[in-house]
Amino acid sequence: MTEAKKYFTRLGDGSSIHMTAEEIKADIEAGVADAVDRGKIDALTPEEKQKIFDIVTMPGKIVGVEPGKEIVMSNDSGAYKINVKSGIPISVDTEVLIYERVLGCDSVDVGNTDYNYKTAKGVAKREASKLKNALNISIMPLFYGAMPNLGFYTKPDGPVDNWAVLLPEGRVKESMDAQEEAVHHAVRDIVYVAEQMNDVGADGFQLDTSGAAGDADFLASLKACEEITRKFPNMGVEIGMAGEFVLGMHGKLKYNDVRLAGLYPHKQVKLAEQAGASIFGAVVNTNCNKSFPWNISRVCTFLKACSEAAVIPVHANVGMGVNGIPMCEILPSDMVSRADKAIVEICKLDGF
Amino acid sequence: MLAAGMGGVRTAGDLVLRMQLAKKMRINEAKAYVAEKLNVSLEELCDVVAMSEVREDLRIGLCHVEPCNLENNGMEAKFRIAEKLGITINSVERFKERSGIK
Repeated sequence: MTEAKKYFTRLGDGSSIHMTAEEIKADIEAGVADAVDRGKIDALTPEEKQKIFDIVTMPGKIVGVEPGKEIVMSNDSGAYKINVKSGIPISVDTEVLIYERVLGCDSVDVGNTDYNYKTAKGVAKREASKLKNALNISIMPLFYGAMPNLGFYTKPDGPVDNWAVLLPEGRVKESMDAQEEAVHHAVRDIVYVAEQMNDVGADGFQLDTSGAAGDADFLASLKACEEITRKFPNMGVEIGMAGEFVLGMHGKLKYNDVRLAGLYPHKQVKLAEQAGASIFGAVVNTNCNKSFPWNISRVCTFLKACSEAAVIPVHANVGMGVNGIPMCEILPSDMVSRADKAIVEICKLDGF
Repeated sequence: MLAAGMGGVRTAGDLVLRMQLAKKMRINEAKAYVAEKLNVSLEELCDVVAMSEVREDLRIGLCHVEPCNLENNGMEAKFRIAEKLGITINSVERFKERSGIK
């Protein structure tokens, strides 16, 4: 008896594996079922599952979308991937031009290497100056970007009690009060930074990794977005998420009467719209112990529901460890290009 | 980028993203809007060869320019993009304010 043909693919941690067609199909079914169960959303159709199978097993190291289905890209990198992460000593405005004229990006965000608004606030005018230099010499839209990162407002570095310390001690009320107070500090800082960036003519403002510290973190992004879009209508806001599910660190916080804890992307996007965001950055987590077929099927189920619910453009975050991309620093183009193709062609997203 | 992207100023990706940011247009609406404003087909909009000529003719910035006195990149290209797409570009407005044009 001949052994069944095996196809090269990867686990969520990036390590290579080989799977038979039957194993791949079983993982596609399981990934879709997991998203349906968690998100209470519709399953992919048999044709869409077959398309995922075709993409996973497609010959070629790198695959691409069908002509006419190209999308655009926003960014949450801070424009320091070349000068800081790769150690190539160039200025930020030069890095912006490399993104524009060498890499063919549609946009990039300028940001502080300590990528959060609490830190950016202290040097906001200098950050704005950096952005202004880049805006004068570039063509594509430029954002200013950072994370709300609510955890930075806790003692000893910040002004409020640390809810991660209070909760294990059973001090629930104090924990909730601390988070609510942190939201006020964060919104004030974010809007202050936004004002400096609008003053030099930023095209967009990126609230990256929203919800990283839970529902209060997401609330800070929504409230800041609301205020920024009201005060600075010519500077669009992108809300990019931290994960697929808003953690209920507080548990009772609401925005426009909707409880934030437990929301999945198809419901998160509706709140981003109400807050005035121009673009929503959707995230579905990668499970390191599961195969790429399992992960990308789950991702497509969630993102298709999100795209169908959305009125505004949705950009899928296709960075390390999210939306089917393996959890590793140096990304394998084989799986990245397959994730890109599946997300664009099945979920009909507007960008990455 | 190679697998799925429009390629920024290589084609018209920067312009399509501007319409998403400024008018919250979804991808197909934004592409159709930009194609109409530039008087090109949707196929040409994502074609690097066709769009290089269009961008050069309209002087709205290119990724690779043979240096000459007609070269338009940076702020001067954005003035033309704002007019061509019928949108307000924040940095163009600041430039006008601070240079005394407005």
